[in-house]
Amino acid sequence: MSETESSRDYADVVLVAPVTLPYTRHSIRTAHWFAAQALSRLVKSSGLTKADIDGMSLGSFTLTPDTAIGLTQHLGISLRWLDHIPLGGASGIVALRRALRAVQAGDAEVVACIGADTNYLDSFRQSLGNFSVFARDAVLPYGSGGPNASFAFLTSYYMREYGATREDFGKLCVAQRENALTYPHALFKKQLTLQEYLDARLIADPLRLFDCVMPCAGAEAFLVMQRRRAEALGLPYVTVRSTSERHNAFPDDPIQMRGGWVQDREHLYSSAGIEPSDVDFLQTYDDYPVMSLIQIEDLGFCAKGEGPEFIRRHSFSADGSFPLNTSGGQLSVGQAGCAAGFLGLVESIRQLSGRNLARPVPEARFAMVAGFGMITYDRGLCSAAAVLGKADT
Amino acid sequence: MILHLPGHMPALPPAARSRAALGLTAAAALGRFQLQVCADCGAVQYPPRETCRHCLSDRLPWTDQTGSGELIAETTVHLSQDSYFRERAPWRIGMVRLDAGPTLITHLPAAGAAAPVRVRVTARLDKSGQGVLVAFPIDEVTTMVNDRQLREMICDPKGRKVLVTDGQTAVGQALARQMLAAGATQVWVGHGKSWKKYPGCAELAALPRVAMQPLDLTDSKSVKHVAGAIGDQVDILINNAELHPPLGIAAGKSATRGGIATGNGIDAAQAEMDIHYLGLLRLAHEMGPAMTSRGADGPPGPIAWVNLLSIYALSNFPPQGTFSASKAAALSLSQCLRAEMRPSGVRVINVFPGPIDDEWNQAMPSPKLTPHALAQAVIGALKDGVEDVYPGDVAADWLSRWRDNPKILERELSA
Ligand SMILES: [Zn+2]
Repeated sequence: MSETESSRDYADVVLVAPVTLPYTRHSIRTAHWFAAQALSRLVKSSGLTKADIDGMSLGSFTLTPDTAIGLTQHLGISLRWLDHIPLGGASGIVALRRALRAVQAGDAEVVACIGADTNYLDSFRQSLGNFSVFARDAVLPYGSGGPNASFAFLTSYYMREYGATREDFGKLCVAQRENALTYPHALFKKQLTLQEYLDARLIADPLRLFDCVMPCAGAEAFLVMQRRRAEALGLPYVTVRSTSERHNAFPDDPIQMRGGWVQDREHLYSSAGIEPSDVDFLQTYDDYPVMSLIQIEDLGFCAKGEGPEFIRRHSFSADGSFPLNTSGGQLSVGQAGCAAGFLGLVESIRQLSGRNLARPVPEARFAMVAGFGMITYDRGLCSAAAVLGKADT
Repeated sequence: MILHLPGHMPALPPAARSRAALGLTAAAALGRFQLQVCADCGAVQYPPRETCRHCLSDRLPWTDQTGSGELIAETTVHLSQDSYFRERAPWRIGMVRLDAGPTLITHLPAAGAAAPVRVRVTARLDKSGQGVLVAFPIDEVTTMVNDRQLREMICDPKGRKVLVTDGQTAVGQALARQMLAAGATQVWVGHGKSWKKYPGCAELAALPRVAMQPLDLTDSKSVKHVAGAIGDQVDILINNAELHPPLGIAAGKSATRGGIATGNGIDAAQAEMDIHYLGLLRLAHEMGPAMTSRGADGPPGPIAWVNLLSIYALSNFPPQGTFSASKAAALSLSQCLRAEMRPSGVRVINVFPGPIDDEWNQAMPSPKLTPHALAQAVIGALKDGVEDVYPGDVAADWLSRWRDNPKILERELSA
């Protein structure tokens, strides 16, 4: 489908100051604290003052009962542009899209995009029932397996339909763990063997422990500003070649074997002026390994159903044949709520602007970053993607 | 509030629902599987909602479904965030593509054919008393009472201990006999002082697994005594006590259930209330706490409480005006009992028969419900796990008129 009219490019706006707050498994801090610390690091890392930041886009679940506006008073910031994007794993890319246009249009000069969530011990956690009306009515009464059960359906269906094996998913998880060992902020710091993956505790058949992300607390953030401003400040930056978001795509599919990327990829690549083969590394939204396979297919790196063969053919380290989730992805770094939707973006900004924390992808020029989120019933409703480029591309 | 239940309450499945989703529960309570179907475009909706996903109409009447579809994916949840399912893990669930359109998440039999397989989806009440979907492979016979996951959705008498509060009537005796036939391990049969004079009682008392139990619902002490003696063993309580005719009905003493003008006096009306309404309240006060007093480590908890009401509880039948009023009072009280028993996982089942073919209704024209058919309907309600049952043609006819328009039914009945 090409109903999307070609839109104005992002040549004059850039991304700077990638910030990650080290994750912790549990925290007694609030989401407010995580967002505040992220903002503080944005200020330090950019050399700007707090007052220079006149726009903010926030992704957070656990800020409740507050929204982004409450945070302005907490942090003592006066803004002329504010957005709150509670879209889970799509928050980062959607925040990016909104912020780019706001800066481009002159509605704001510097927008802080922040994903921040805390994670209290179970006894203090808000009940899952608050996530959506559909989940409360039609998911929780059925075993209360949470997202693990939903993705168990997708994984078992995918395995049956396309011949994926546990070993295929295991190869991805093991490779991402290898990547995570080069990244200081990953919560998992031990190597994972394929055998450990295969023998791990059953969670929701066929998913075992290492197929599931570990919820944690943390924050990710970056700044959006005019390119000339970044240049004047001497800040390393990354350009945005194209973006997409799609909500509730293919609602009549019986089960989610594809996301909205299928509808948008043609536009995504043509606007970016590149082909899938030009992409130097991919950051999938890897809440479960099956989603990485679906994104690899839907973003045009192989055809639908060829994911398993693709996995078997490639290696996924930073210097491998298909660098993937170069900081380890959520599966090895941890899932800090909405911040998980920023993880791949922030890691890509670091990779493309020479601010690496994880092992660098050699001579990387283009990154594809995907976002995915909001299982309110039986499927993730939001699919998003962005093509980022090195400053000189 | 009428009950003060003891401290320990069992874990129950998540019970919170939106108002829209309670339509599923309302149908499941009657043993039906209904989904919302758009009155304007015909699109079948799920999960429940207030606006059509296709045309945005807000006219979404709940409509019977065949439930045929395909189980397209399944999983067995080993790690649950909910204590009810955690205690019962692993728990098998499925994703079903209904032929009618929507994708459903459903419970599955713990052991059953693997996906992909053709299934029939039904709606049941779970242990919380809320409607849930269950998919059964069409080529398999699933006996719910034998299924680890599904047996708590029903109240099968098999292996259970039952109290029938009045064994002096033909209905009480039919209930007791059919409970035994359905596999109850013990049936206590309530009776008054002169029970041996009632036909059938001696034969019933002679049956194995039957124990005769003195019980007078008009006497708080008697009810308290029974609760103390057997209350914590009763799994299923069937309150079928109705006002009895004095012995010697043929001797000319009028036992007609009159209307206000046809001679049913205050005494008769009080007697009806004393059994139908206050009798139920006395039972609730004493047996409710006793039945639910079993600790977490004790035997499996009680499962059901059945009230014999009357279709006249829905709308007054003037020739039996005070009787209807007392049954309406009992219906109202049973709703309170149901709400208060729910945390204990005990299902309150109301039975709304039309005229029963017994000595009371000799003057009533046919069709009348035989005691045997009534008892069968009660067994069926327990085995299907429904909440309200309207046995017989008359009850079904009244119910459909009442659903259609209660005011019209009132006028029809006063003709
Ligand atoms: Zn419609």
